[in-house]
This record gives sequence, structure tokens and C-alpha cells, in this order.
Amino acid sequence: MSETTREQIRDVIGAHANLPVDIRELGDAADLFAAGMTSFASVNVMLGLEDTFDVEFPDTMLKRSVFASVDAILEALEALGVALV
Amino acid sequence: MGSEVRAVSAEQVALRDRLIDAGHLIPSGVDGVYGHSAAFEDLREALGTRISAEARTRGATRLTFPPVLPVRQLEATGYLANMPHLAGTVFSFDGDDAAAAVQGTRASAHEDWSEFQAPTGVALMPAACYPVYPALARRGPLPAAGAFIDAGGAWVFRHEPSTDPARRQIFHQHELVRAGTPETVLQWRAQWAQLGLDLLTGLGLEARLDRANDPFFGRRGRLLAANQRAQELKLELLVPIAGPEPTACASFNHHLDHFSSTFAITGAGDDPVHTACLGFGHERIVLALLARHGLDPDRWPAEVQDRLGAPR
Repeated sequence: MSETTREQIRDVIGAHANLPVDIRELGDAADLFAAGMTSFASVNVMLGLEDTFDVEFPDTMLKRSVFASVDAILEALEALGVALV
Repeated sequence: MGSEVRAVSAEQVALRDRLIDAGHLIPSGVDGVYGHSAAFEDLREALGTRISAEARTRGATRLTFPPVLPVRQLEATGYLANMPHLAGTVFSFDGDDAAAAVQGTRASAHEDWSEFQAPTGVALMPAACYPVYPALARRGPLPAAGAFIDAGGAWVFRHEPSTDPARRQIFHQHELVRAGTPETVLQWRAQWAQLGLDLLTGLGLEARLDRANDPFFGRRGRLLAANQRAQELKLELLVPIAGPEPTACASFNHHLDHFSSTFAITGAGDDPVHTACLGFGHERIVLALLARHGLDPDRWPAEVQDRLGAPR
């Protein structure tokens, strides 16, 4: 069984967000910036999501709130036409 | 926002031409690279002296650095990813007698001779505060009150040629740097935002403070800029120089722990160390004064001359 979209998002965050805590300890609504993700790390998360889901975030989505939580990222990917699993 | 080339207004070009005609700017043939008249330099030096005096009375220690930075330090800051379009690295000849001869021949004909050049390990200074952070780290843990450094008016390079006389490729940036607890640094930035505003308005300039972002490159830059604005990490003092858009003459930058973690600046206790810097653009402020009060400083209001401490 392949990963769910949420699990894939969590894998990208785990690989790129450089969080001082384990992503598994954070809920889907938890604020990743409050958990210690820096602005520079959020750029790597953005690029990691683009690679994983084969999408390109438009300029209007290149803002802090879009990458602030697993839920926010899921919502953005859905808006870009990613089929959620 | 981002790395787009900035449009230049007719008023900006007209001001540049007036400054060249008056002898204040000496054109080099390359946009954004100028010599200065004695009167221009007197004003710039008076401004630098005034800023350093304000900093010294508030406990700043003066340090001076050359206008080149070890490339390893530039690499460590992320500048080459975040602002690659502005960086200038120094290259020098690397070859034998035959290569030198070919390079000389091509150079005489103004052809491409770059293949004979190799990196030297230094870059032109991108921001005058950059050498301060590793210098602070070398001292060991900060004292309880933190550190306050005046790096003086230092040459910095940004590769953005323009016919706007306020957008230079090489200019003097007067950086003040504060390192300490998050609370100390935030209070310092608020204090100096007001001091900077008072300094410029006291010289008769219509300055105002506004939220800003750095000219980060490309798509990653758009996200970094949005983050910077959302967190209010960068403020600028905007002053009219020429045309409808005011020009940033000073910026107040809160780095959080970016430089303290990069260069391992540690504190006296367990509190995290944050840093902030304040950069005054010497040439831009002089240009704003010349545009506001006229191209002959001898005829400026006495009050402005006195406040600047300019020689008369």
C-alpha cells in the first residue's frame, strides 16, 4: 500500500524542514514555524514538495501561511490539482 | 519584489546628469560606478562622523574591515543561493607564459579573456556587517550586555548596474550591529529606527519608516521575501531623491539566529543569541540632501549644515 498524501508531506518536512523535534510528534495543524522551521528551511520544503508532487507553486502561493502546517500544505496541493490519497 | 531589474525614472536620470554637470559625480563609463567631488566627500565623511558619534555615545565599539570577504564566509551565509545575482567574486590570472601572452592579446582587443582566470578565495564585500559576525564569534561568549559594533562607512559591492544615481554597484554602507538576547536586539532595533528617523528628518529630509524585504533571487526569493515581510524582519527609512518613488536610505534588519548560528556566536547564559544590523547608505543620504537643499552645500540652510557638522 502506498503512502497517503499526508504521509508524503510529512516525509518532505522530515527531510527538509530541519526541525528540532520529530515531525511525528507534531499534529497536522501544528505550526511548523513555531516548531522551529526557519524561513530558509521553508524554501527547501517548498522545493521538496514540488519535486515530490510534480507541481509548481504559483507566485500567489509563495507565502508563509501556505507552508505553515501539514494541513495548509495539503490544502495548497489540492488547490494545485494534486489527487489526494 | 524579487530579482527583477528595477525601472529607472526620467527624473533619476536627469538628477544623475545634473550631478555630473555640477562635478559631484565623476562618471567612469560603467553605470553605478562614480568618483566624487571634494564637496560630496566632505558631506559623506561628515555624515559618517555623525553616525559614528551617535553610536559611540550609546556604547558602540568601532571596528574596521577591508572591502573583501573570504569566500568561505560568503558561502556560509547562504548569500550565493539567496542573492546570487548581486554577488561579485574576485578572480585572478592562473596560467603559464603562453596563457599570459594570449590573455594580453585578447585583452588589448577587448575580447573575452576570462578562461585564464581562477577564483582567488575572496569576494567583494556584499554587506558591511558580514565580517562582524565571525569577529564577534572569535571573542568567545558575549558579555551579559551583548555587543554593539560600529563597522563604519565601508565599501560594499552589488552587481546591479543602473542609471539611477542612487543605485550604485559600489558604495559606502555604514553598518551598526547588535548581538545579544532576543529582547535586547529587538529593543535596540526599535530605538535605532527612531534615532535614524530623527537623524534624517533633522537634516530636512522627508523620511518615513516602512516594512521592506531584501532583493532575494528568483522563486525561492519570493517565499523568503514574503516570510521576511510577514515577520517584519526588515524596515527601511524611505526618502524622496528623484521621481515619484522614494529611495531606501537606511535599513534595519533583524536576523533572528541566522548569523549567530552560522558563526557560532554564543551568549553569556542559556538565552539564545540574536543579531540585528542597521545600515545607512552614505551616498544615498548625500544624494537626498543635494536633491533637497540644492547642489551647492555652501548655500544650504545653516541649521542643516550645523546638524551635519559639515565643514564650511
